[in-house]
Amino acid sequence: MAKNVHNDYKMKFSVDEEYPDLSLHNNHMAKVLTKEMYAKLRSKSTPSGFTLDDCIQTGVDNPGHPFIMTVGCVAGDEESYEVFKDMFDPIISDRHSGYKPTDKHVTDLNFENLKGGDDLDPAYVLSSRVRTGRSIKGYTLPPHNSRAERRMVEKLSIEALATLDGEFKGKYYPLNGMTDAEQDQLINDHFLFDKPVSPLLLAAGMARDWPDARGIWHNDAKSFLVWVNEEDHLRVISMEKGGNMKEVFRRFCVGLNKIEEVFKKHNHGFMWNEHLGFVLTCPSNLGTGLRGGVHVKLPKLSTHAKFEEILTRLRLQKRGTGGVDTASVGGIFDISNADRLGSSEVNQVQLVVDGVKLMVEMEKKLEKGESIDAIIPAQK
Amino acid sequence: MPFGNTHNKLKMNYSSEQEYPDLSKHNNHMAKILTPEMYANLRDKETPSGFTLDDVIQTGVDNPGHPFIMTVGCVAGDEETYEVFKELLDPVIEDRHGGYKPTDKHKTDLNPDNLMGGDDLDPNYVLSSRVRTGRSVRGFCLPPHCSRGERRAIENMAIESLASLDGDLNGQYYALKNMTDDEQQQLIDDHFLFDKPVSPLLLASGMGRDWPDGRGIWHNDGKTFLVWVNEEDHLRVISMQKGGNMKEVFNRFCTGLTRIESLFKDKGHEFMWNEHLGYVLTCPSNLGTGLRAGVHVKLPNLSKNEKFGEVLKRLRLQKRGTGGVDTAAVGGVFDISNADRLGFSEVELVQMVVDGVRTLVDIEKRLEGGQSFDDLIPDQK
Repeated sequence: MAKNVHNDYKMKFSVDEEYPDLSLHNNHMAKVLTKEMYAKLRSKSTPSGFTLDDCIQTGVDNPGHPFIMTVGCVAGDEESYEVFKDMFDPIISDRHSGYKPTDKHVTDLNFENLKGGDDLDPAYVLSSRVRTGRSIKGYTLPPHNSRAERRMVEKLSIEALATLDGEFKGKYYPLNGMTDAEQDQLINDHFLFDKPVSPLLLAAGMARDWPDARGIWHNDAKSFLVWVNEEDHLRVISMEKGGNMKEVFRRFCVGLNKIEEVFKKHNHGFMWNEHLGFVLTCPSNLGTGLRGGVHVKLPKLSTHAKFEEILTRLRLQKRGTGGVDTASVGGIFDISNADRLGSSEVNQVQLVVDGVKLMVEMEKKLEKGESIDAIIPAQK
Repeated sequence: MPFGNTHNKLKMNYSSEQEYPDLSKHNNHMAKILTPEMYANLRDKETPSGFTLDDVIQTGVDNPGHPFIMTVGCVAGDEETYEVFKELLDPVIEDRHGGYKPTDKHKTDLNPDNLMGGDDLDPNYVLSSRVRTGRSVRGFCLPPHCSRGERRAIENMAIESLASLDGDLNGQYYALKNMTDDEQQQLIDDHFLFDKPVSPLLLASGMGRDWPDGRGIWHNDGKTFLVWVNEEDHLRVISMQKGGNMKEVFNRFCTGLTRIESLFKDKGHEFMWNEHLGYVLTCPSNLGTGLRAGVHVKLPNLSKNEKFGEVLKRLRLQKRGTGGVDTAAVGGVFDISNADRLGFSEVELVQMVVDGVRTLVDIEKRLEGGQSFDDLIPDQK
């Protein structure tokens, strides 16, 4: 393993001198990283040179978030999760409902295993979407990658996506070549990722060299999209207006499997292991990396005293309609699965389908002035 | 990332073409100079502390250009950066500092008695006067690259030294992390405190890391002498007051700075300085004196005159908005300061400001009277 000079330099200072001040912090990393743990891990680095300080920089720079409990650390490569196990394992356990270092994760991308999901009421469910991320084996991750690595990921992605046809026939738009008008249109369509302004991403180094080798691919119908080199190597998204989550998930699984086949043919499979499932930049996205969600009108339910409790029991989470880091507008919420690791893709989308169906029922009852107590679910 | 160089070895698995940044839309000093050939020559090098070429240029890659100013587009991570990456930084320095050559020598003169005049700028026009510079402590990495341990060590040294100042330099240190929001806002409103880092120029170079750890501001009781700790440089030293008495401001500046330097030396710490680059600072634009001496001055008529830019240029002065760099002017009030840093001494630069601002105010008065000012237009200094 090559030497990490700056890490050696820092070792001249004591642990007390280097340990970050986390006294005002409220994120997963800050809860877990004791001085003793810092002392143990600070001299280590992954084969590509990612260090403990690299992992935690975003969490040191961003003490807390008003809407969400942030993770506060990232991986710079596949090996980060191994080299810094001492820190990542407890964070993973805390974030993923007690997931243990010995647990195994099941991947299930067979859309036929989903029951129902084609009949969410479109008067309430405005749109449905499933996304996940994928990392390409052999390259470091967005917080750490060099321009050449990023460009290689882009090149491989363009090649792979160009082979798709039928309902998946589409086109790649590099961010570098896009006009401002094209870009605004894609942002308004909820297709495009923002220019990085979130301090969470900036502090982790993910915006370096922007917009070099970043881009978006989508099919002609604009129902299947791939983001290249944003927070992960790839983000794969299936979406459409209305409530037919079954169709969204079918397209998601079929498209994802096709893409994976092409990458495997080029000898660049996705990062995956039987403990962590799909390996992604943020520990919160390990496992399935899947967020299946809807934009749904819940003006009454969302102001009900038990709204949060219901979401918790259904294993769902709410966000504003601008995605993470935003607030809801006009009683419309983004409702999605809370879990990522320890349950399969099918399991998670099933929870969304069943849970949203129930919440729409509740909304309808509340509209009629009826109580919802009888249909409040048990903890899933 | 600015922290490790192991990754630099992995990057060498890719060709120089594959790694060379896309600078096609860029307009900063680094982008003008860094050819693919130069990138190929320098990309496998690193300083003893592990700072690499990519670290040097990241801010310039991420920030193609700036609406008001021609940015430098590169930074130093330690003293050795200027040596290891000479091939890039020498031409950047030459371009930025009026043709300063790799063989030139820089003169330091912090004797305030050598300044002529400067105590009589018209306070009806000159609202305030200020002189600032930066200093780096030898043996520590600079803000783009320093670790928390290094930054805290700098802070501790600064606190110790400043605590020894007395008389009209008696003062107090306010660590950023202990400051209340009110204290902080007051200091910002007084033009004393540095902003939380929002400038993408600073953020992209890593200077915002661990904020606000190890950062703070010290000022004397009179609020006329300030030291910023661990912002864009290890230390920024500022002397300022209302009105136009630049002589007094410069007096206090030199006295205070010299005292601080000797306090640091007593503890075995020198400032980074050499006879070619003068004082070594994070941004190549601040090499030499690191000195920006300026005034806030009312020039509503002159600033609208088509010859304003040319007059400033000839006087070797530059304009900024009253919020400092990155801002626009408000209400005809401009921040006018020396354009040069390197190749002139501190006294010479402040002299240019004093003489130049006097001329600008004279021109403003002519324009108020509806008179011509052609006879006042200076030759190129």
